[in-house]
Amino acid sequence: MKKVMMTLLSASMLLTACGQSQSAKPAAAPAQSTAPAATQETAKADKPVELQFYFPVAVGGPITKLIDKLADDFHKDNPAITVKPVYGGSYQDTMTKVATAVQGGNSPDVAVLLSTDLYSLISMNAIEDLTPRFSKEYFNGFYEAFMGNTKSGDTVWSVPFQRSTIVMYYNKDLFKKAGLDPEKAPSSWSELKEAASKLTVKDGSGKVTQWGIEIPSTGYQYWMLQAMSLESGTNIASGDGKQVFFNKPEVQEALQFYSDLGRKDRVMPEGALEWATVPSDFISGKTAMMYHTTGNLTKVKTDAKFDFGVAFLPANKKYGSPTGGGNLYVFKNIPEERKQAAVKFIEFLTKPERVAQWSIDTGYVGTTKASYETDLLKNYIKDFPQAAVARDQLQYADSELSTFQNGQVTKLFNDNIQAALLGKMSPQEALEKSQQQADAILKSFQ
Amino acid sequence: MRENGFAYALLFPSLVFLALFTFYPTIKSGYLSFFSSNLAGKHFVGAQQYVQVFQDEVFIQALVNNVWLAVGTVPISILIALYLAVWVNSKFVGTGLLRAAFFYPTFIPMIAIANIWLFIYTQDYGLLDKCLSVFGVHSPNWLGDPHWVMFSMIVMVIWKEAGFFMIFYLAGLQNLPKEVYEAADIEGARPLQTFKAITFPLLMPTTLFVMIIAITNSFKLVDHLYIMTKGGPDNASNVLLYHIYETAFSFWDMGKASVLTVILLVILLAISVFNYACLDKRIHY
Repeated sequence: MKKVMMTLLSASMLLTACGQSQSAKPAAAPAQSTAPAATQETAKADKPVELQFYFPVAVGGPITKLIDKLADDFHKDNPAITVKPVYGGSYQDTMTKVATAVQGGNSPDVAVLLSTDLYSLISMNAIEDLTPRFSKEYFNGFYEAFMGNTKSGDTVWSVPFQRSTIVMYYNKDLFKKAGLDPEKAPSSWSELKEAASKLTVKDGSGKVTQWGIEIPSTGYQYWMLQAMSLESGTNIASGDGKQVFFNKPEVQEALQFYSDLGRKDRVMPEGALEWATVPSDFISGKTAMMYHTTGNLTKVKTDAKFDFGVAFLPANKKYGSPTGGGNLYVFKNIPEERKQAAVKFIEFLTKPERVAQWSIDTGYVGTTKASYETDLLKNYIKDFPQAAVARDQLQYADSELSTFQNGQVTKLFNDNIQAALLGKMSPQEALEKSQQQADAILKSFQ
Repeated sequence: MRENGFAYALLFPSLVFLALFTFYPTIKSGYLSFFSSNLAGKHFVGAQQYVQVFQDEVFIQALVNNVWLAVGTVPISILIALYLAVWVNSKFVGTGLLRAAFFYPTFIPMIAIANIWLFIYTQDYGLLDKCLSVFGVHSPNWLGDPHWVMFSMIVMVIWKEAGFFMIFYLAGLQNLPKEVYEAADIEGARPLQTFKAITFPLLMPTTLFVMIIAITNSFKLVDHLYIMTKGGPDNASNVLLYHIYETAFSFWDMGKASVLTVILLVILLAISVFNYACLDKRIHY
């Protein structure tokens, strides 16, 4: 019996060993590519390149179909390069697949991942430095607010792709019914509270049939809180991923406001509000206003059977919203010709017309200034002015929370915010605790 | 010897798979649990991570939640399964349909189940709230309120498991000898007496089997949580396996995830050993 086990063990080890040596091959390839660029150009023309392109789906709409079409169009322009889109699930699932692939020595070529995963990818040593691959002017074409999460210091690691901010959606029909001006959304916190209480409707038994506002509190509550902190005058993390400012008084003011809406003012449902059901609640008329990503704009536009408006998030001391969404990353452990093909693909995806079409199809913000100069987007905005709101709000926007050990820091912050929203802790306690826990995690990176 | 060799040859493919997908990962997890590892690399830290895990309040909460999940689901789903099995074992019009109806939660995909129940539990316009509002009941935010979320999960798990266990009981019932029932009938035993004196004791082997599956299942719940609550609000529905998943694939802390895996393994092993070593002796086959 012992013998059998030994043979088995050695057999399995052999198997894993084979797997490793095989997957290590692509890593060795870049060494060959020291030839001058010109010969490479010609070589590329004859030699077909295949790119693996991992992408997630995080908002409603036929994203998979759109991506397939982008890959096809690119192939028509560049017959030598085939892009194979691989649907990865949610952002987190896609990141899991990418990380597993990278650790297995079989890294993808290009991927759309959260812009906030930057520091995880850097610690993994997985991604290619893109600073030398594009011109300065190219990067200057993007809105400054989107560059925050793509850089660490002066090194650019990724290219903005499906980027978003938080905006406020409101139901104009319900505004009219409540005697509010449907063309004027609340622009400050106090106006918001006032409007929300007018929009909260109860039936005879005292049960609420329509809520004034819903701000989701699962998955991305840190993002919502960050918006309110920015509006109160501070961001919650430093730009190098090494420090957080969770216990600042401005953040406290923000969390107090957030939890008061449900627990004190009673204009928002109490308890955790599911990220994915808040848009359904808005579309079905259960809530008159919602905070959500602009990435859902096209879905709301298609599904809502009422007239709706999109507005800046109401200001406290000023306007503000964090950016969000995903960037394009190129991976390190792939042959040089594929890196070049990947750069070409990225240039293709960020052409003004492409960006404009992508923004129209999905609702994500156009990432470049040039995209808003295209007739495509100009005409679209003329018919549908709501689409310009997120872009206009960008001048008040700032980078999203992104640190080393981002998953852990975000999770502990999320948990504590939820505890405060549920009344299990005071906002001050929740934030002090978050700061301590995050400091402990980030200590080794400072 | 030749006979033995032939037997080994037949068993060999299964052994290969067991070794590759069970023994090797188990040993590797045990080994990795002594290393602190993240995406950048790993280094030896000994038992330090075990100490950290037992001081981690999220872990403690997940463990407590898991125990409540087991306590809440196992006995009730077994009782319901037994009741359903006895019911659909008797012959009347439509038994086939009933059996299928009770069993169907078992063969729809977990993710689909989670989505259906997500709709049922949705506040205000979800199925449950709509039904309750007919009776004028104000229902809580089932999945968003930390006091109710575990209860909601338990109800869903019972719904899913009872039909599955019913099939085992049904098979058990149909294998019971007819003679004893005829004898009981002649003696004039009432149905409840028959059940207590004959059916239940004779079904004990099935009960043991079902119980082990039920308890281990309650420690293996993860798919529903991923769709429905992500362990929230504030970890109120976090359980061990989900905690492992998060630690490994959101925090990329493979060392701590290995520690948690070892703990889960020990728990599951302990349950099986207890069942087979202690309960097995009291059961009449």
